[in-house]
Amino acid sequence: MFVSKRIQFKLAGLAATLAMGLASASALAVDITGAGATFPYAIYTKWAEAYKAATGNQVNYQGIGSSGGVKQIKAKTVDFGGTDAPVKEADLDAAGLTQFPTVMGGVTIVVNLPGIASGQLKLDGATVAEIFRGAIVKWNDPAIARLNPGLRLPATDITVAHRSDGSGTTFVFSNYLAKQSMAFKRDVGAGNTVNWPANAVGGKGNPGVAANVQKIAGAIGYVDIADAMKNKMNFVALKNKAGNYIVPSQDAVEAAAAGANFKVRGMAPDLLDQPSKNAWPITSATYVLAYEKGADAVKQKAVVDFFTWSLNNGQKMAEELGFVPLPAGVVKMVEAEMKKIK
Amino acid sequence: MHEAAEVAPVDLHAAKIRVFKLQDMIFHKVTLLFALVVLAGLAGILVSLAVEAMPTLRTFGLSFLWRNVWSVPDDEYGALIAIYGTLVSSFIALLIAVPVSFGIALFLTETCPAWLKRPLGTAIELLAGVPSIIYGIWGLFIFAPLFAEHVQPHLQKVLGDVPVIGAWFAGPPIGIGILTAGIVLSLMVIPFVASVMRDVFETVPPVLKESVYGVGCTTWEVVWNIVLPYTRVGVIGGIMLGLGRALGETMAVTFVIGNANRITGSLFSPGNSIASVLANEFGEADPGLHIASLFALGLVLFVITFIVLAASRWLIARGTARQGR
Repeated sequence: MFVSKRIQFKLAGLAATLAMGLASASALAVDITGAGATFPYAIYTKWAEAYKAATGNQVNYQGIGSSGGVKQIKAKTVDFGGTDAPVKEADLDAAGLTQFPTVMGGVTIVVNLPGIASGQLKLDGATVAEIFRGAIVKWNDPAIARLNPGLRLPATDITVAHRSDGSGTTFVFSNYLAKQSMAFKRDVGAGNTVNWPANAVGGKGNPGVAANVQKIAGAIGYVDIADAMKNKMNFVALKNKAGNYIVPSQDAVEAAAAGANFKVRGMAPDLLDQPSKNAWPITSATYVLAYEKGADAVKQKAVVDFFTWSLNNGQKMAEELGFVPLPAGVVKMVEAEMKKIK
Repeated sequence: MHEAAEVAPVDLHAAKIRVFKLQDMIFHKVTLLFALVVLAGLAGILVSLAVEAMPTLRTFGLSFLWRNVWSVPDDEYGALIAIYGTLVSSFIALLIAVPVSFGIALFLTETCPAWLKRPLGTAIELLAGVPSIIYGIWGLFIFAPLFAEHVQPHLQKVLGDVPVIGAWFAGPPIGIGILTAGIVLSLMVIPFVASVMRDVFETVPPVLKESVYGVGCTTWEVVWNIVLPYTRVGVIGGIMLGLGRALGETMAVTFVIGNANRITGSLFSPGNSIASVLANEFGEADPGLHIASLFALGLVLFVITFIVLAASRWLIARGTARQGR
């Protein structure tokens, strides 16, 4: 009698636990998966972790590259895709996709010139294009000296440090330079992987470029703002469209976004070379792609929930990781845009 | 009764043998299956590489092999730059690794004091187990800057004005390039080649060596005239093993070769190898000709490795045939 009672009790307990488990599972079992660009990987996983702690929902993001992200969302193997290179309007319409930005970043130009401090060297877009095209090969070239009166420039050879892996950073940087110079566009091109000049060395990833710039005297390279700050590298002050020399910072990137018009299909205005006074010229955003009419309404809602939560609660996390949060006005627009996702 | 007792054990025996035969058969088939899986895998890789590479092969044909261009923006691809970088860096690696490994093996088997033999041998085998990314990081952060500062300028000063050879050492000494890749590769290859050489040197019957020492030969004469001819097959095998590793090495080379898609003729200047192009560009490759060309490069590497293997087989076979005569 005693024994059976205990068993009964245990069974009841087990049933209750099971029932609770099932109930909670059905309420929470929203597992969404995204894949794409590697640039926002750090912040998406950080957001996913915090989001899980707050809501219990699981978000998986795989950094497989921007073109992979677009491919996967079109193949409907993921619930959202990530890409650094925005998808064009016509393609969005054809595939029935919505696109919105999540965080921004800036590409900085870094140099290794012994005796010249960070921010001291001034360059404009046209000169940077000539350097990265291999047309200017010495640091004491008159074109550089003209922009830097009073600075003693060494006669060292310029070594161009670039990304060897196909990368969104290269995409943004080469597109900026292609806008500055037709010759750059013709010789080097613009894209994830381009044809760098003869005096160039390729490093793997942002850390690889950072290492090459730091090891090779006379090197100039381009890295994400976050990596440049982490490695305490020497920045170039770059002339923006308004004619001011700007040292890269999160504020300068934000200033570029503040002046841009996000009210376009795909929410991807050209952030390069924005005209506002303090704008950092090489600014870009990373984008998320989702279906407007998805097969699974629960998952569609989960995607919206995740990014709504993240854009409202995750801005500080983004800053800590070296990303630049979207301006508040743009967040509002993204929230409105996400209403299309059903 | 007497007869039955005699028959029963024979039956039992036959049954047992039947079971054994069945077991043998099953074992044979299972192992055969394992072996066939390897073959099927090999064929599968080859076929899928060829299928994926089709657009490139159709666009450029065989000229893909000797086209001296790799330009993603223009969608123009050729394998020559990567083949050149792969072969030259591997050749430099062997040029350094073979004599050094020979010296190590010679020392370990002939002149090394007994107490040092074991720790030294183990250390070399441990070196073979270091992951290649470690060699890459070391090469980029430690070796390349030292090489740029202390070795390259001197090489340039001494050899820079020599005709023909001088061009190999032209260009700014930045520490990263084909020569650096070759040197780092040689360090990775040495443990393999050295340990194989040591193992085969040890198979030489002591009687042979002692009799040669007995007629008054020096250690060098013993090694050159007895040990090396006796172990030629194994030595070639070891070198080919090293070459195989050098050809396919990816991470370490990517770190130090400079990843530039051009051939300059100078060993100081950055280049690219097949494996490092694949590692670099696969992640963000555009669908279409770019991806197809990367697969085609993979196919080329496959064929190169196959040729190296076949050549070493042929060398070994020729060596044994001559020995038999």
